[in-house]
Amino acid sequence: MEEKKFKILVVEDDADMMEQMDMYLTSRGYDVIKAYTQKEAEEIIDRESFDGAVLDLMLENPDSGFILSHKIKKSFPERPVIIITSVTKETGIYFDKENDNNNWIKADVFLQKELRFEQVDAELKKRLVK
Amino acid sequence: MDEKIFKLNILVVDDEENMCMGVKRCLANYMVEDKDFADKIVFDVSSVTNGTEAIEFISKNKPDIVLLDYKLPDMNGLEILEKFSGSNFIAIIITAFASIDVAIAATKKGAFDFLAKPFAPDELREVLRKAAKTAFISKKARALEEEKKSIRFEFISILAHELKSPLAAIEGYLRLVDERIKGDDLSAYDSMISRSIERIVSMRKLIMDILDLTRLESGRGKRVIENISLKDITDSVVDGLKPSAEKKNVSISIDVDDISINADKTEMEMLLSNLLSNAIKYNKENGSVNLKIKRDADYINIECSDTGIGMKEDDVKKLFNEFVRIKNEYTRNIEGSGLGLSIVKKIVLLYNGEIKVESEYLKGTKFIIKIKPQLAVEAK
Repeated sequence: MEEKKFKILVVEDDADMMEQMDMYLTSRGYDVIKAYTQKEAEEIIDRESFDGAVLDLMLENPDSGFILSHKIKKSFPERPVIIITSVTKETGIYFDKENDNNNWIKADVFLQKELRFEQVDAELKKRLVK
Repeated sequence: MDEKIFKLNILVVDDEENMCMGVKRCLANYMVEDKDFADKIVFDVSSVTNGTEAIEFISKNKPDIVLLDYKLPDMNGLEILEKFSGSNFIAIIITAFASIDVAIAATKKGAFDFLAKPFAPDELREVLRKAAKTAFISKKARALEEEKKSIRFEFISILAHELKSPLAAIEGYLRLVDERIKGDDLSAYDSMISRSIERIVSMRKLIMDILDLTRLESGRGKRVIENISLKDITDSVVDGLKPSAEKKNVSISIDVDDISINADKTEMEMLLSNLLSNAIKYNKENGSVNLKIKRDADYINIECSDTGIGMKEDDVKKLFNEFVRIKNEYTRNIEGSGLGLSIVKKIVLLYNGEIKVESEYLKGTKFIIKIKPQLAVEAK
């Protein structure tokens, strides 16, 4: 039986990063839906179905990733959301699930900007239900 | 003038309570003004009556000026000076025994001035006026130094970020190539290689721009002011930009008078090439760029207009700041250092000129520049 192809929403404003994420995830058997802005992503969330999301934290707003994550988790709490950020490196602010007592950050995983694409694949695989 | 009240904290250390009271009364309504600065200086006076308390007070409150009695019950004034050598307060030694030896010892330990007991209110005010001026200026200098440090830090942080992003992009592509992500057909990697080259080219441009900007800012680079033809410079700059214009099919029309002015050739090249390359980069397919250079009695007027993507009003406001790049869906794939217009502005100011921008979102942008030719200066 053929394995199910998971559809991943990637939201990223850096053209190269998007291109690379797309190539990598495609090579690993995912279908990629691309959005370059928070606005584009919001429309896709309302309109299209997807299995998980990889979000850049800073888009047109510094907290775009949080807003999108919240929006996704509100309607589809089971869909895994990965937020990619360089905020910790540059500001020293650290996000993680354990320290988030109010649980207002809805994402499943935070990955630092200098990530390897394998990490994204591994985190998605862990959470996507076959 | 923009004047402010500037308060200096003074500590009087004297075992005679009357002396402390006297100084407080004498300075209560005293205000120092000076032709060298707009701010007015007033004093907030505290007092203690022995050395131990003085040491505690100075450590805790860091006064700007300390009036220090030479002879204290538990130690002498110089011991206190010694303890705080290298500190930033100004010390004035009060002494009834105005011996040369004490004066020399105190000066060696960093005392700023002396007051011989008994002294008249006017003498006190005069000594404090001098001390206040020095304290004020060194305080301002320290604040400026701090500000400079933090600006430099911010600049370097942004710069590091700007250099890191192309490296990350190139590294990402190389890793994917390394993994043969597209299989064994080499042509499948063309776009990754050309994107990597583009990022390297723009990274080099960023480094060149930084060098240009630091050269302009430091004023240390060699400026060669000579008689040059703006027409010739324009022609060579336009020649250099032709490939990028052709890529987008942007036409460049030039209306440049045959003007010779006294200027630095490199600066004029930087000015025109930054203006024109922006007009091409932020243009639409099949758009056009128009450059006009005309002379009037006082100024050289440069006008560079394009039929490009334009800018929103909010974006125009931050345009000349360093590393500012307007981010939107139209600029996503355009490379740039974010320094070009900072460079343009610096050059315009060097030529006692001004720069204005008129822009309409999605319609186009026009830069209007006036510069004054330089006086003929011998090349250094």
